[in-house]
Amino acid sequence: MSFDDAYAALTDHQDDTRWAYGTGFSDPLAGVPTDVPGGVDAADLTAYCLMLGDDALIMSHRLQQWVTRAPELEDEMALANIALDLLGQARLLLTRAAQAEGAGRDEDDLAFRRDAADFRHVRLAERADADFAHLVARLLVFVTWRLAVLDGLRGSRDPVLAAIAAKGVKELTYHREYAAQWVVRLGDGTAESHRRMRAAMHAVWPAIGELFRPHPVPDRLAEAGVAVPAAAARAEVDAVLSQVLAAAGLPPPTATDGGATDGGAGRDGAHTAALDEILAEMQGVARATPGGLW
Amino acid sequence: MTGPEVVPAAVAAAAVTDPELPMLTLADLGILRGVEESAGAVTVRITPTYSGCPAMEAIRADLIGALRRAGHRRVEVRTVLDPPWSTDWITPQGRRKLAAAGIAPPGPAPRRSPGPVPLTLGARPAPVPCPRCGQPDTERLAAFGATACRELRRCPGCREPFEHVKEI
Ligand SMILES: [Zn+2]
Repeated sequence: MSFDDAYAALTDHQDDTRWAYGTGFSDPLAGVPTDVPGGVDAADLTAYCLMLGDDALIMSHRLQQWVTRAPELEDEMALANIALDLLGQARLLLTRAAQAEGAGRDEDDLAFRRDAADFRHVRLAERADADFAHLVARLLVFVTWRLAVLDGLRGSRDPVLAAIAAKGVKELTYHREYAAQWVVRLGDGTAESHRRMRAAMHAVWPAIGELFRPHPVPDRLAEAGVAVPAAAARAEVDAVLSQVLAAAGLPPPTATDGGATDGGAGRDGAHTAALDEILAEMQGVARATPGGLW
Repeated sequence: MTGPEVVPAAVAAAAVTDPELPMLTLADLGILRGVEESAGAVTVRITPTYSGCPAMEAIRADLIGALRRAGHRRVEVRTVLDPPWSTDWITPQGRRKLAAAGIAPPGPAPRRSPGPVPLTLGARPAPVPCPRCGQPDTERLAAFGATACRELRRCPGCREPFEHVKEI
């Protein structure tokens, strides 16, 4: 196919699959071995991949909502790129969850045909952002934490999870630089931007505790060499956040372990009304037109 | 079914171009990880550049189409995730083609040292020369460009904006 004739390149196809958009994507793990490693509980592996996949899926959706609303075109492209990377991680992880579950479901069933109480992401992912400072504060916390977790999963005994993590670490390193540089720019900017960045860090702080709350699924899988315990990422996250706050001239927020975010944990399916809004938007078309192509 | 008109599968697969960087073949980009022919069936292994690479579906369709036109009816395209793609896998020929198209090729991918991934906070990365006039250093306009693998830069010499394939 020649680059010289873009029109021919676009039309030179024997099937029309690429022109149809719907929920029926091809398996992103096509050809990757699907076995669950010996000694690993398949139900736990399913639950853990759902947790990590839902974190990425819901955070990606929140980022997509900023496209057309960001202060500059360059930031819309950045947020769209970060959202796309997270969506890719979500597709791989939900597909891995469906494989390990072995009940005939696929990534689309898990993304589009589950109810709110069946989602397993941390509540940090579903929060709405009051302004751009709130967005970059939340993004910084989320990607700093996720980078630390996935970095630990590169050595997982589940080879699929390890490969997804190794790929994600490279992407999240870029995401974290983007978020950190915005926090520094706003914190170290005008009096107004400093005030708003400080308020945003203060607002997100109580949501941090939930990220490290022990949970039996990752803890059991950590014993089997598959997962990292929820609490394990804390030291790295604290160190990075301290580094960014210092560079931004922001005081460390005064709170709180934040262990009890509104009294529930997203990992157990306890979510806020924010998730209902997200799912109404994200799942609406897929539920209204099952198998639809457009 | 084979005949004298059949092009070897490895040759046909290597000539397929990337939908987002169409000056590069999949082999130039380093995402083609293997082509095997066995008992009349072809297995092609590819790896995504980024987890969310939206071109994977198109690449899969392009490979199957190109191999069919080359005379191979039974084609399977498999995804390989490990080891993850690195810009270090872009071939020397691929780098020359990028530069000729006005896109600055990547420098060496970052080396990973033991311990947590360091946060650089924009500490000065290696300079990126201008692909048009050769000015040795240029400024970054945006870390995220039109596709996941590119960033947008500008040359202080010729004043032209250009894209750069980010090291990963
Ligand atoms: Zn120049």
